[in-house]
Amino acid sequence: MLTCKQFLQELNDYLDPNVDADMKRHLESHVTQCPNCFVIVDTTMKTLQVYKGVEPQTIPEDVKMRLWKALDRKMADRKQS
Amino acid sequence: MTPTTQPAPSTGAFDEAALVARAQAGDQGAFTTLVDHYQRKIYRIGKNITQNNEDAEDVLQETFLKAYEHLGGFQGNSKFYTWIVRIAVNEALMKLRKRKGDRFVSLDEPIETGEEEVKREIAVWDDNPEQRYSREEMQRILDEAVDDLKPDFRTVFVLRDIEELSTEETAEGLGISVPAVKSRLLRARLALREKLTRQFKRKGEDVFANL
Repeated sequence: MLTCKQFLQELNDYLDPNVDADMKRHLESHVTQCPNCFVIVDTTMKTLQVYKGVEPQTIPEDVKMRLWKALDRKMADRKQS
Repeated sequence: MTPTTQPAPSTGAFDEAALVARAQAGDQGAFTTLVDHYQRKIYRIGKNITQNNEDAEDVLQETFLKAYEHLGGFQGNSKFYTWIVRIAVNEALMKLRKRKGDRFVSLDEPIETGEEEVKREIAVWDDNPEQRYSREEMQRILDEAVDDLKPDFRTVFVLRDIEELSTEETAEGLGISVPAVKSRLLRARLALREKLTRQFKRKGEDVFANL
């Protein structure tokens, strides 16, 4: 059986939905027998979920306005040249 | 003065490749649609990497101004989004270098192999930590945890797990190898898990204390 350290080095593969079935089984055999790694897998998945659930914050209006103004100037320069 | 450059109201599905082709042919409206579509993500990348509002604004502006300037040279071998992410990351890293000196931000530095044993906190989480905190509190907790990561790790995590670029796109965006992306991502994910566990673990119950 894999050691915890070996398993954790392959954690990305274990969490990757596209990993091949043999690799998945190989890693699964460790998780099902190791409560510590089971918790690490579970909480790492939850970590990714909470970050994925965050919507990008709205850009402050004044920041947006300055972006459009800067683009305005750039586009006007392009037209003139 | 109100800028004249503003996105037109969206009239249908977003077709990145068609918009890029039109913008390259001189259609400024197509370019503003691209800017409007990606500006929040680019701003977030700037904010996450530099951890500073002013720098994030500069990153936002510089990214789209440079993209506009060099649009003719964009070959379409990668997605437009990956291309502007690369510009944004470069701008953000330059900002960091200016502020902090070079010590944190060489993306080619060898990464420690993690041979040292880190004492891991292994505890189950509350079922729904999102419900225990307000949106603002949750946002602050998540931001602080990301901000604590070293820029090498933070940048990879932001691109892979927040912006959801593939490993290859992240490697391309940062100009580093695929194995480097993988090893940094692993370290970043484990470090964040550790930090969040301290916040979100189920109180009064250390189920694995005796293992």
